[in-house]
Amino acid sequence: MSMIYLDYQSAAPIHPQVKEAMHRHLETVFGNPATDNQVGQPAAAALDKARLQVAALINADPKEVVFTSGGTEANNHAIKGVAIGLREKGRHLITSNIEHKSVLNSLRTLRLQDYRVTSLDVDQYGLVDPAAVEKAITPETILISVMLANNEIGTVEPIAEIAGIAKKHKVALHTDAVAAVGVIPVDVQELGVNFLSLAANPFYGPPGVGALFIRKGTPIWPLLDGGLQENKRRAGTENLMGIVGLGTAAELAAREMPERLPRLQALKERLRQGLAAAIPEIKINGYPDRCLPHLLSVSVQYVEGESLMMMLEDEGIIVNTRSACASGSLRASHVLIGTGLDFALAQGTLVFTLGRETTAADIDRVLEAMPGIVQTLRDMSPLYKKEHTT
Amino acid sequence: MAYSPVVMEHFKNPRNVGEILDADGIGEVGNPVCGDIMNVYIKVADNRIEDIKFKTFGCGAAIAVSSMITSMAKGKTLEEAMKISNADVAAALGGLPPNKLHCSNLGADALHSAIKNYQDRLAGKPVGGEADREPHHKGTGQCYCPYCEMKVDEEAEFCRSCGQELPQEHDH
Repeated sequence: MSMIYLDYQSAAPIHPQVKEAMHRHLETVFGNPATDNQVGQPAAAALDKARLQVAALINADPKEVVFTSGGTEANNHAIKGVAIGLREKGRHLITSNIEHKSVLNSLRTLRLQDYRVTSLDVDQYGLVDPAAVEKAITPETILISVMLANNEIGTVEPIAEIAGIAKKHKVALHTDAVAAVGVIPVDVQELGVNFLSLAANPFYGPPGVGALFIRKGTPIWPLLDGGLQENKRRAGTENLMGIVGLGTAAELAAREMPERLPRLQALKERLRQGLAAAIPEIKINGYPDRCLPHLLSVSVQYVEGESLMMMLEDEGIIVNTRSACASGSLRASHVLIGTGLDFALAQGTLVFTLGRETTAADIDRVLEAMPGIVQTLRDMSPLYKKEHTT
Repeated sequence: MAYSPVVMEHFKNPRNVGEILDADGIGEVGNPVCGDIMNVYIKVADNRIEDIKFKTFGCGAAIAVSSMITSMAKGKTLEEAMKISNADVAAALGGLPPNKLHCSNLGADALHSAIKNYQDRLAGKPVGGEADREPHHKGTGQCYCPYCEMKVDEEAEFCRSCGQELPQEHDH
């Protein structure tokens, strides 16, 4: 890539070894894993292998892994599946107000079916307070859903602590770990969750495939009704090519994480320190002590994010923004507003996500380009002059 | 970005950026909740816009609109400038993506607001130091979902029929 690509969160180039494994699969296997003959058996074997690879990445039993079409499906399944399955037990769910839309909108659908949802506030770092979770639990509560890491600001939540509380009150706990799995170590035994969502694209697998971890013994209704696939938990003929890609990517992530993680962390630090030094009046979002190693959310005072993003693209640098104008819904980021950021500052937010091919030279190029771009936009902004004369 | 070449040109090389410290009229519209803020400054001589400048906090479309509308208004009579509509600006820019049309509304509003401000000053009307910030336009009646056209409540976050999130800036 001749451009400098720092938007791995939106899309990441598929790992070459993953591509190879998927291609090889396409060329040699066409059977249906459900057919028990010489055509189906290689397909079943490929499915089993991928299941082992994904289970190993999160320290689960392979039987606890259900393949899905991605993180969104996994989130929908966990929330709606528990709601339907446990509707006799209660109709109250707890979540945080910075969850991914697939969680919040699943809960919104439940509200229309007379379920009650408590959406907890987060602090300025985006952290959920376990004490607040405990306080919100009622005898009617059937599920708590809190993400492991936030995909917009990178904050890593205290899931193990929340799991302790959930267990104490005998409430199931789901965590949307899509932004975390394959990036930081994630161990479902250590975390103590009942459900965990993951997706392939954050760790260089193909988009459109993921998994839901369902702890043995946790009751849940299917999301997709139909055939007997995934041990009757998720109907539908499997996207086997995608699943093979997911499995291979998972194995690579487990093996390469000790090298990937510190490298990305160091590059992110370089970017963070460089921006803080070169550009006055910016805010770094997220929780500095516990944040995804590759994600940096920066809010630039007085300017708007889409303009920043376009000017950077003009310099060959690809990043993402969280401004309302750039969002499909023309609304400010619910995550940034949830942390108490004011609307104007939230509009000037850029999200940099680093990856496999990011180099120190890339970071330095960004640090070279940013100050000039920011100044050009500030000179054009009615907010800049006003703040500097009052 | 799904922007036309004309929009990109006005974004990269915006015309008329700046302030006029002794402006004859100032229009200030928008608010950060909806995303864009535009200020337009005019100098008037012989009923014509002798000079015009803008300051904008906003996306690529907002900056392009500001550049284009100030270019279109410069040198025109006040009457001609008042007639410049958001549709005119959007057309001059070679069209805008549907979700950016509200930026062209803001441009026309800022220009007209500056002209009104000049006229108010002439008429001796007290001109407050504070901006004439336009809040979200409340329509005169029923709102409709822009996606499935079913009725929605004013200020509703999403449409009850199709589930789509409703943009804060939407037509009535």
